Amino acid sequence: MMKTFFTRYLGIISIVFAIPIWQLIVRLSGLPKFILPSPLDVYLRFVTAVTDGSLLIHTGHTLLEILLGLFFGACFATILGYFLAKSRALEKILAPYLVASQAIPIVAVAPLLILWFGSGLAPKVLICALIVFFPVLVNTIVGVRAVPPALYDLMKALKATRWQILFKLELPASLPVLLGGLRIGATLSVIGAIVGELVNAKQGLGFLLKVGDFQYDTAMVFVAILMLITLALSLYGIVTLLEKKFLKWMK
Amino acid sequence: MNSNPALVVKDLSVVFEDDNAELQALENISFALRAREFVCFLGPSGSGKTTLLRAIAGLIQPTAGEIDFRFGRPPKIGMVFQQPNLMVWRSVLDNIKLPLELEDVDKNIAEEKSKELIDLVGLNGFERSYPRDLSGGMAQRVGIARALIHDPDLLLLDEPFAALDALTRERMWGELSNIWQAKRKTVVLVTHSINEALFLADRVLVLTQRPGRIKLDLEVSLPRPRADDIRYTSQFGELAKKLRAAIE
Repeated sequence: MMKTFFTRYLGIISIVFAIPIWQLIVRLSGLPKFILPSPLDVYLRFVTAVTDGSLLIHTGHTLLEILLGLFFGACFATILGYFLAKSRALEKILAPYLVASQAIPIVAVAPLLILWFGSGLAPKVLICALIVFFPVLVNTIVGVRAVPPALYDLMKALKATRWQILFKLELPASLPVLLGGLRIGATLSVIGAIVGELVNAKQGLGFLLKVGDFQYDTAMVFVAILMLITLALSLYGIVTLLEKKFLKWMK
Repeated sequence: MNSNPALVVKDLSVVFEDDNAELQALENISFALRAREFVCFLGPSGSGKTTLLRAIAGLIQPTAGEIDFRFGRPPKIGMVFQQPNLMVWRSVLDNIKLPLELEDVDKNIAEEKSKELIDLVGLNGFERSYPRDLSGGMAQRVGIARALIHDPDLLLLDEPFAALDALTRERMWGELSNIWQAKRKTVVLVTHSINEALFLADRVLVLTQRPGRIKLDLEVSLPRPRADDIRYTSQFGELAKKLRAAIE
């Protein structure tokens, strides 16, 4: 009983212990607030940012970029991945570009995308979509190729239509791998949005990070980072919930 | 017995082509199947038995020859494979229901029918189980139920019991025999077991080693329904001897 209780809440316990240690380090080292704010400073900054409404606006803006980027990136990657899984020729034609696109760090192309598409929402969504694209694509290819050939035989013997094969065989059979890709994509999408905002933005958590940095408002930087972590964890959690709902049979 | 042919196969040949090699799997196979007949193709591995079944199921295109169905409509096919070949993400009930779903049958009717078949193959209580929780024999029963649910014109069985242990296999013969007695489908079974062929079939066709040709067409005159101990009668033994001699 005791053991399961501990393992279950070990994560929370570790956080509860980390905060006093952090406070202790600040106290003992005597570092100024703009270098290392204490947990209390961060909390107070968080409260003011919430009460003046700025945190909500910026978080909402970043969340919008993330969700749009995740949606478009994952949709496009899944569709393209499906066709790549089906056609070796298409895979051979596109493989060099796809691999090359992964070799370029997203940070390096972000300024270029901002230059081309302006400083609004679009380039951030695009960066986000780009970073989500690859893991989802790879998992789609792996997932669709792993559908047992014998089940295709079954569907054909039963004269299933193309759509029936897609929705009753290929989609459910590859769903575990697809959701695995989405899980990776969801956490990466947060990075994508921030990279875009750091390059150029007037809104969002990345903008908040930059402003906090310029103004030596380090507590604000901490608040922004904590919000980002919260966003990433929530997205991760949502995908995990989807897995629990749709992959009951795996338990 | 109705003697109108249900399926006529004429001069069927299948050649598999690789990059530089040709493999003749079947050569000039001709036979006719009567409606409601249980026919068994017997042959060593490499005789193209499975290829023949796949050609009938429409899974491969024959290189030459014709497969002519005479059901008055494109035939509905039920197929049982060597492996249970179940969808691991579907429960037993949902696996069995699949063919009806593909035909857009009303949900309630499909549910009703699935329960009937679960009854028939003796899987009551396992409706909500997933394939990973089933034994080999149970999984193959699900496969059989799935092949029967949409009331197929033709039932194709590809060594359905090969992966089972000997005792389960023999029990499944009895069950399949009873199911056939109840449903009276036209059945094509492919096997390399003489006992299985004789116990189940009305007629046994022996295929030769590659390329597969029909070597013997033997009527099985054993009375039905067949009980387990029919395998120890002298009549059974004689038929078995004939078949054994025909197999290379």
